[in-house]
Amino acid sequence: MRKTEKPFSAKARRREEKFFSRPVFLCVLCALCALCICAANPAFAGKTPDEAAEKRFNAIVAELRCLVCQNESLAGSGAELAHDLRREIRNMIEAGKSDGEIMDFMVGRYGDFVRYRPPLKGSTLLLWFGPALLFAGGVGGLFVCLRRRARVGDAPLSEAERREAERLLHPEKTEA
Amino acid sequence: MNRFLWPLIGFAVLAALLAAGLRLNPRELPSPLVGKTAPDFALPRLDTPERNFSPGEMRGKAWLLNVWATWCVSCRQEHPLLVEIARSKTVALVGLNYKEVRGDAAFDMDKISAETERKLAAERADSWLDRHGNPYTLSVLDLDGRAGMDYGVYGVPETYVIDKAGVIRFKHIGPVTPDVLSGKILPLVAELSK
Repeated sequence: MRKTEKPFSAKARRREEKFFSRPVFLCVLCALCALCICAANPAFAGKTPDEAAEKRFNAIVAELRCLVCQNESLAGSGAELAHDLRREIRNMIEAGKSDGEIMDFMVGRYGDFVRYRPPLKGSTLLLWFGPALLFAGGVGGLFVCLRRRARVGDAPLSEAERREAERLLHPEKTEA
Repeated sequence: MNRFLWPLIGFAVLAALLAAGLRLNPRELPSPLVGKTAPDFALPRLDTPERNFSPGEMRGKAWLLNVWATWCVSCRQEHPLLVEIARSKTVALVGLNYKEVRGDAAFDMDKISAETERKLAAERADSWLDRHGNPYTLSVLDLDGRAGMDYGVYGVPETYVIDKAGVIRFKHIGPVTPDVLSGKILPLVAELSK
């Protein structure tokens, strides 16, 4: 930018005109209009205007599994039941229910399976600690294996083995 | 010998575990409602819409609650068995018609009023039962699926065995098969009806 230009010079006006006729400007205008339409439409804005409530809602549905499409979370599933449950959770948030109460509602109907993070209890001990147990077993096995191999490696060669090694290493000497 | 024995045992154990895992049905989840009192509801009856039905009315006898809908393909599969149960008159069978209109993707719910939905659901359910036979002692309409949600319904059809005290004793997800009916449901009903 050149500082010598006067604000209302003919050159500046020309530049201004050029800017407003530019495709870039038109694109920005279109985008702004689209944004306004989206914001005004309740379908885009969602039903919970409160940002904190929306955040809670998102956190809860991401933690829950859809019962119909079992590999999807409640947040991402397009199944009919997921839709109903999302609406139910929104209603519960609006009614002032705590996260714990909402979780109890879900677990009471569909069992621990709806939670992506199952609670720690007797029947889930293996689920929680199984991988660590397997890892410990693997490390233990490896350790024992290496120890045994190290002991075998230290054993001295027998007379026959030494002769064989000699023959392989220096064939010309033994043949001679 | 020993060198190959342990990896072989490890492989066999792993293969057995995976084989067992393949046999499990991931859709069959243990319901937390088994052993608990059947959730209460008050829904209009299909035959007399001005009258409501509540599970409390069935106190004192063992009964079956079957979740169905006309859009549910597997319901047609289990239907002959339900008709058979009804014919044998061994146990009362109550139908919970689940989201008759809303559950059908063919309808745009934004364009259907509550009154139209009620009428449409009753018409569809009635004509379906006329065509295939009505095994139900009575059916109720759960238009929005809220009662179904309390029962943890996630795959129609579902069948619940409820005892005299109103406690859910067994839940079957998916169409009732002859094996499940003669092996589990009927013996349980006989025991609960004593």
